[in-house]
Amino acid sequence: MLRFIIKRLLVTIPTILVVITITWGLVRLAPGNFYSGEKKLPAAIEKNIREKYGLDKPWYQQYGKTMWNIVRHFDFGTSLRYQGQSVNKIIARSLPISASVGILAYLLALLIGIPVGCVAALKQNSKWDYTSMALTMLGISIPNFVLGPILVLVFALSLYWLPPSRWDGYFSLNLILPVVTLSAVYMAYIARLTRAGMLEVLRSDYIRTARAKGLSEREVVVRHALRGGLMPVISYTGPALAFLLTGTVVIEKIFALPGLGNYFIQASLNRDEPLVIGIVAFIAITLLLMNLVVDIAYAYLDPRVRYS
Amino acid sequence: MSDKQPRESFEHKMRDPALNPLGEPPQPGDRPDPDIIALGSEMAIAEADVRSAEDGEYVRGSSLWRDAWRRLLKNKLAVFGMVVVIVITVASLIGPALIKATLGITPDYIPSNDVKLIKSFPPFTGPNGEFSWSHPMGTDNAGRDQFARVLQGGQISLFVGVISTLVSLLIGVSYGAIAGYLGGRVDNLMMRLVDVLYSLPYVILVIVLLSMFRSQTARGQLVLLFVALGSVSWLTMARIVRGQVLSLKNQEFVLAARATGVSTFRIIFRHLVPNTLGPVIVYATLTIPQVMLTEAFLSFLGFGVQAPLASWGSLASDGAQNIAIFPWQLIFPGVTMALTLFSLNFLGDGLRDALDPQMRTD
Repeated sequence: MLRFIIKRLLVTIPTILVVITITWGLVRLAPGNFYSGEKKLPAAIEKNIREKYGLDKPWYQQYGKTMWNIVRHFDFGTSLRYQGQSVNKIIARSLPISASVGILAYLLALLIGIPVGCVAALKQNSKWDYTSMALTMLGISIPNFVLGPILVLVFALSLYWLPPSRWDGYFSLNLILPVVTLSAVYMAYIARLTRAGMLEVLRSDYIRTARAKGLSEREVVVRHALRGGLMPVISYTGPALAFLLTGTVVIEKIFALPGLGNYFIQASLNRDEPLVIGIVAFIAITLLLMNLVVDIAYAYLDPRVRYS
Repeated sequence: MSDKQPRESFEHKMRDPALNPLGEPPQPGDRPDPDIIALGSEMAIAEADVRSAEDGEYVRGSSLWRDAWRRLLKNKLAVFGMVVVIVITVASLIGPALIKATLGITPDYIPSNDVKLIKSFPPFTGPNGEFSWSHPMGTDNAGRDQFARVLQGGQISLFVGVISTLVSLLIGVSYGAIAGYLGGRVDNLMMRLVDVLYSLPYVILVIVLLSMFRSQTARGQLVLLFVALGSVSWLTMARIVRGQVLSLKNQEFVLAARATGVSTFRIIFRHLVPNTLGPVIVYATLTIPQVMLTEAFLSFLGFGVQAPLASWGSLASDGAQNIAIFPWQLIFPGVTMALTLFSLNFLGDGLRDALDPQMRTD
């Protein structure tokens, strides 16, 4: 087990560095500069700016300095647009908002997706099965940026049940619409995955044994089938996290939440280089570490997986 | 639903590579699988049938393709999907020209001769609030006909979906086939790279790419979009093709080709790749909606298709800003897009059931 973890870490850490390098490369290779706007700057000012941000040095020194600061001090520098704010500070401020929306959305998706998928598998080829699978396909097909505004229109602007947007603390009604919008897609995926996993497990020999020894259907499903049937859902957690991160970008834009995704869009549009690199690196680190955790959990839960 | 029996026997073996925690597609060695070989040789025969049909000679008998077609037609949802996709595609392709010919409006026609017309009218509403057929989807803020714009947006969305999928096909199929056929250390290295790329937050990287290399022209941005979307969506395709090639490469027809001195390149692309066509078609059909969704997502955020071009994503983006007053500006492009994706997904699922029972995940 330990060897497995170490082996995976040996792949994960270089991958993180590669992502940071790719981002750095994309930012640096792109034509133009962050300071080149519509107006041409006087040569002296341009020279000062280049000196201040170290752009006058050769590329490998710039790259080396950026990487060294990140690896050694976990320091991504200072934002170019949000004057005097370090990238770390911006991430620390905006991450909890994105994370709370994302985690709540994922929990909601599990809470609804798993039962729906289970029932669909247990009553395969019934009306319920077809209806729920068609609905989940609909959930996968409706883009969240279409669903979000429509929900706002219905529940906020027509029925006046919920506030339409903006951030108002962690315990407020404002969170409901973003969370529901974000979770729709996962709900659909999780229901489908649960159904597929359960269908596979319900046909296996050990379920037949469990039934043969006279367990009630309820016990067969809850104690025996679910454990195996939920494996696809667990391994989906990794990709789900990636979706979640990109999903929150749109959700935060629609609902005007000051989260990580919103800062990322602004930074990309403004060409705020340190902030872009910082957020991408942060997302990559979170994603890869979460994938690692998921793999370990999977290996732990499924005895058929060997840690080779 | 006619082939219950064979499908059930496949059921316990299917494994979605994306769901495999270690990211390793099943090796041919660890499951002695007569079904794969049977399917493979059947496909080899099917290919011969198709080829002779192309030569103008009609071969009777039940080929894999004809069987698959029959099975597809029995699947009501897949047929529904296929019909909707065809209707929307044809409407997008000829619709704008047809509207111009009959009503004389182009998608970017702004009624600048009459200031009263430069505003957003609800669907089926004329300038004085009366019922009118002239704008079945209403107009946008500049008084442009939404129906024509949605159809034209469909052109761009479908175009991006298809071209980016072709790019990903080209990369994924070659990559997977080469890795699978060469095997050994090369394979190991190539697939490790795919595993690593799999775990990257690629949409985030695509946003960085699109925003940093933002093109001055709308066409330039479109090309950038193809490259970006195509170059991130080939990974699953590579895995699927590799798995297929692994199960095919030890068969007699490959041995025969090798024995007669056919080059490695030719074996891969003339003998192996055509036999992987079934799963490739299935997965390509399922890639199109994914790519379209990503494109819409990027356009919604303002990184994708740029004005004056419009896609369903960018139309929805414009509409989302006016959702409180002019909801039809979001609802029509959004619903059209959702309907298209829905239909493509069903068509893809139906094709999978019909062509390749092995790949079923449910």
